[in-house]
Amino acid sequence: MITVINLVYILSAFLFAMGLKLLSSPATARKGNLLSALGMFLAVVVTLFDQNIIDYRYIAAGVLVGSVIGIVAARIVAMTAMPEMGALLNGFGGIASLLVGWAEYLNNPAVPAFIGTTIFLAVLIGGVTFSGSLVAWAKLKEISFGSFRIGKPILFRGQQFVNSLLLLAILVAGILYLADPAASGNAFLVIVALSFILGVMAVVPIGGADMPVVISLLNSYSGMAACAAGFVVSNNILIVAGSLVGASGLILTNIMCKAMNRSLSNVLFSGFGSAVATGGAGAEGEIKPLSVEDAYYLLEAASSVAFVPGYGLAVAQAQHAIKELADLLEANGCEVRFAIHPVAGRMPGHMNVLLAEADVPYDQLIEMEDINPLMETIDVCVVVGANDVVNPAALEDETSPIYGMPIIEVHRSRTTIVIKRSMATGFAGIQNPLFFRDNTRMLFGDAKAVLQSLVAEFKS
Amino acid sequence: MTPEYIYLAFILMLSIFLGFELISKVPATLHTPLMSGSNAISGITLVGALVASGSDMGRLSIILGTLAVIFATINVVGGYLVTNRMLAMFKKKEDVRK
Repeated sequence: MITVINLVYILSAFLFAMGLKLLSSPATARKGNLLSALGMFLAVVVTLFDQNIIDYRYIAAGVLVGSVIGIVAARIVAMTAMPEMGALLNGFGGIASLLVGWAEYLNNPAVPAFIGTTIFLAVLIGGVTFSGSLVAWAKLKEISFGSFRIGKPILFRGQQFVNSLLLLAILVAGILYLADPAASGNAFLVIVALSFILGVMAVVPIGGADMPVVISLLNSYSGMAACAAGFVVSNNILIVAGSLVGASGLILTNIMCKAMNRSLSNVLFSGFGSAVATGGAGAEGEIKPLSVEDAYYLLEAASSVAFVPGYGLAVAQAQHAIKELADLLEANGCEVRFAIHPVAGRMPGHMNVLLAEADVPYDQLIEMEDINPLMETIDVCVVVGANDVVNPAALEDETSPIYGMPIIEVHRSRTTIVIKRSMATGFAGIQNPLFFRDNTRMLFGDAKAVLQSLVAEFKS
Repeated sequence: MTPEYIYLAFILMLSIFLGFELISKVPATLHTPLMSGSNAISGITLVGALVASGSDMGRLSIILGTLAVIFATINVVGGYLVTNRMLAMFKKKEDVRK
């Protein structure tokens, strides 16, 4: 029986790897996801035949409850709320690892040091992932209590000291537990409690806008927790799947940090956004406002247009309006592309999903590295709801806080139209010299309303 | 360490490499589905939870195991379904026209 189970696990591992491989193209991605789900299904079914497993009632009840919640959540979640959903799912994966470790400890407390260490890690990483994800979720939801906004970085005096103390306490409890696992029930409970506190403390100082990094990192933790749980119950498929997820989370974390021009430690420990950004010469010059009618003439004459959407587009619910405008431009014989910055949206790749939902075909979604070399050939760039990711100061002004951050270089296109409510600064709180360039035109107004009136101009 | 753990550590090392190789090939366009999909895979803890909740033992242990099954199932079912829902929206130009 053990042999059969392990053979099926090999098949599952193959299906997980194949599933990820097929994710390398949008054309095959859906099939990949199904293969991966099939791998999971097989692993679960065969585990149910494992001789260790006796009571099916609890398992059946657990699977039923979990499935109903999972199905409902997956159906009703709005695409704009995907980051929140991701945070919650991460958290659930983490708490599951913690519970597996805990249950194993109760079943069989006297274990060798190596197993003891993996139980400790499963509980610690699982607990941090769980409570950290819940805080990240609350920050993304922008929950507030009166004037207290949880989305802001929460900093207080002596924070570093408290955190160091916390880590030390966890270490001491861990050593006490490992010294004599069977007799350390209390130390174990302390580890569980402290891991939850550590997760909260780790995420509260990070601002809501940095949550893409945090979610990616927690994603990686949930994989590592699964790995540790795999050592706990000596199960190879947990280790394979856990490390695949751990790697994926780390890669995404790295990409997000690079795209934001910040190191991981800077994101995690600096409480960015709490201090007013300093440095960066105030841009000066003349703003050239544009009417909707003039914008229409510009677009009508263009043979190549690139839209540069930011999260403001999603906030204004303007995805469908921009798609309609794109269709009209195409019908007019113009080549239309969407230039997507890696941090557009609130989680890695979020903007692509929001545009795909509005039926923008994926061959029009162009990544930053691919569109930048083409900039000189583009007649009009339309920036909607984005600011810092098109700020040329990142390339030119060494004193700017965002200097070095990769941007979509719209200033190199022939003309740039920026659709914006006002001259307010972006998230980073810095002036954008793009707005004062000779080939930039400002189109003031609400993104959705402006796009709709452009559509109306085209139709009449 | 017994040979069994050496062997598990071996698997760990190789699958980390595999993970980095596979995932660095995923285009930025698909990073959100990648994340929700890998989230679903991390629900593999469900397998561990099944082992834990099944093995015989005290009441608290059963409760913890059952809770683990619930959370891991939400992760697996919710993760795969929402990924599927997202990926279904990614269409090629020709398909959108239809």
